[in-house]
Amino acid sequence: MVISIVKAQDKNKSIATESYRQTVFRRFRRHHLAAASLIVLAVLCLAAILAPFIAPYEPDAIVGPFSGAPCKEFLLGTDQIGRDVLSRLLYATRVSLLVGVMATLLSTVIGVALGLAAGYFGGVVDMVIMRFTDMVMSFPYILLVLVAASIFKPGLWNIILILGFVDWPGIARLVRGNVLSLRETNFVKGNIVAGMPLRHILFSEILPNTVAPILVYGTSVLALSMLDEAALSFLGMGVQPPMASLGNMLNGAQSLTVLTDKPWLWIPPGLLIVVLVVAINFVGDALRDALDPNSEKR
Amino acid sequence: MEQEMEKERQPVKEESHEPLIQVVDMKKYYPVKGGIITHTTGYVKAVDGVSFSIMPGETLGLVGESGCGKSTIGRQLVGLEKPTAGTVYYKGRDLSSMDKREMRQIRTNLQMVFQDSYSSLNPRKHIYEILAQPMLYHKISSKETVEKDILKILDMVGLSKNMLGRYPHEFSGGQRQRIGIAKALSLNPEFIVCDEPVSALDVSIQAQILNLLKSLQKELHLTLLFVGHGLGAVNYVSDRIAVMYLGKIVEIGEAKEIFRNPAHPYTQALLDAVPIPDPEEDGLGHGLLQGEIGNNTKPPIGCRFHTRCPYAMEACSGNEPGMQEIVEKTAGGHFTACLISPEKREFRAASS
Repeated sequence: MVISIVKAQDKNKSIATESYRQTVFRRFRRHHLAAASLIVLAVLCLAAILAPFIAPYEPDAIVGPFSGAPCKEFLLGTDQIGRDVLSRLLYATRVSLLVGVMATLLSTVIGVALGLAAGYFGGVVDMVIMRFTDMVMSFPYILLVLVAASIFKPGLWNIILILGFVDWPGIARLVRGNVLSLRETNFVKGNIVAGMPLRHILFSEILPNTVAPILVYGTSVLALSMLDEAALSFLGMGVQPPMASLGNMLNGAQSLTVLTDKPWLWIPPGLLIVVLVVAINFVGDALRDALDPNSEKR
Repeated sequence: MEQEMEKERQPVKEESHEPLIQVVDMKKYYPVKGGIITHTTGYVKAVDGVSFSIMPGETLGLVGESGCGKSTIGRQLVGLEKPTAGTVYYKGRDLSSMDKREMRQIRTNLQMVFQDSYSSLNPRKHIYEILAQPMLYHKISSKETVEKDILKILDMVGLSKNMLGRYPHEFSGGQRQRIGIAKALSLNPEFIVCDEPVSALDVSIQAQILNLLKSLQKELHLTLLFVGHGLGAVNYVSDRIAVMYLGKIVEIGEAKEIFRNPAHPYTQALLDAVPIPDPEEDGLGHGLLQGEIGNNTKPPIGCRFHTRCPYAMEACSGNEPGMQEIVEKTAGGHFTACLISPEKREFRAASS
């Protein structure tokens, strides 16, 4: 009896002293789909990173017959000019992930900086930044990217820059909204009264309290920018051959004969895009629930 | 008359008895935006010409109903907002005329304890971080000594050292308010604005926090501005009390004196509204105020209280009464803004 009480107290104590990180992790694990997605993502990332070691052939080398069907030698077949599809797929995942992550990082940095400034300083600064944001958002997205891609030379880093500079308005709005409400909280005011410098208030008080929504939004930006990269490359404005990306591997599917007769050329990259995007979105969803401090399920 | 009052309001420099904080004719108007094309359609006159001073080591209580501008005054005093007009003198120096460097020097001397203790602590930081960061930034403590200093302050406010690594949500309301006080104390301030520090707490905890504030004030020789709407709590900690109504101070004086001889009808009404813990008392017939606090976008002309004052006469809606010292009383320093002296008022009330 006594022991059980002590145990119960211990348990309470462990809950009370559980760090924020532990709470988030515990709540994240409850989403089985997201946990599975995270594993899938981890495997795919690992495969992409280790591509040079696990790919059976050089991605750009012509090693087999033209448009060969899958066989023992070429597990996923070969493409129109005889390159191994599996090897190309591994390298393509690498490129697509790189584009997605880098573009997301870039747009997050831009969005956070502009959102912080607009929300905290308010007034004219807010007006100018938010009207500029509205302007960027009011352009038809894919058209803007296409025009930008055709003006600058299409290529890996240009695509990253273009996507990064186009994806930030959502994050800027999100951060601004959060900063607007955080600016009025007593702990921010208390730190102003305590004479803390602006950089402390912005980056140590306000920003950590906006990280959760940024992270959640970031996952959807990641999924979106990977899709955009695929779309751009599919249209020939993205990553340029011979470099493989999931989008330009789908390029072949523009022809009807490939679409109907040679499914090994387009199903694997297409499927991979779907799996990646869906998995990222599941993880984002679970993160939103896990990071929400007001969540009912604690 | 008004001119003379203005003169009196200039900062006085007495030999040794200089007020720590002196407020001269402070006004704070907030613009009201509206219309089809957004423009300023009027002003909320939250504080409309308030003057008072606080002596070193003194606690001034500021009471009034919600929306009378008492918290607004507190925010101006610690520099969170700038007054629309009027001046705040700190040790005889005008706060608004100070440049950034000067402001930084005195910044830590003026601190604030907030009403809502939950939102006054960053939920992402544990107590150690919350307390240590400002101390380290202002070099009040060094990296080696900061933990010891924090423990000393925690001890002062009645918290134990094993709470250092905890996050704000792990504390009760009373404990969080103690942390709020500790945060204000950690910068060795001279003056602390307590903005309704107990109104979000339950009664037993209120008493603890009030006692804590009172003992800390004595121990550290702090000067406090205690903003509150509970007369009991304000009376308990304050040496002097200022009563506010609709952006103006209507009565100011020694706490005891105000309770014994409330000179302004509003103060009387406030005192009458305090419930009496006696089953024999029916709690009725104490001249409870009718109506709502007036609109501070368009305050009533003349005495602001005349719309609800049981003794109002015609003259009350004409001129705005200035602050006048009540000479008959012995205490001194008891001012009120009412046209009718208390004696005549009682007579009028009896005859009507």
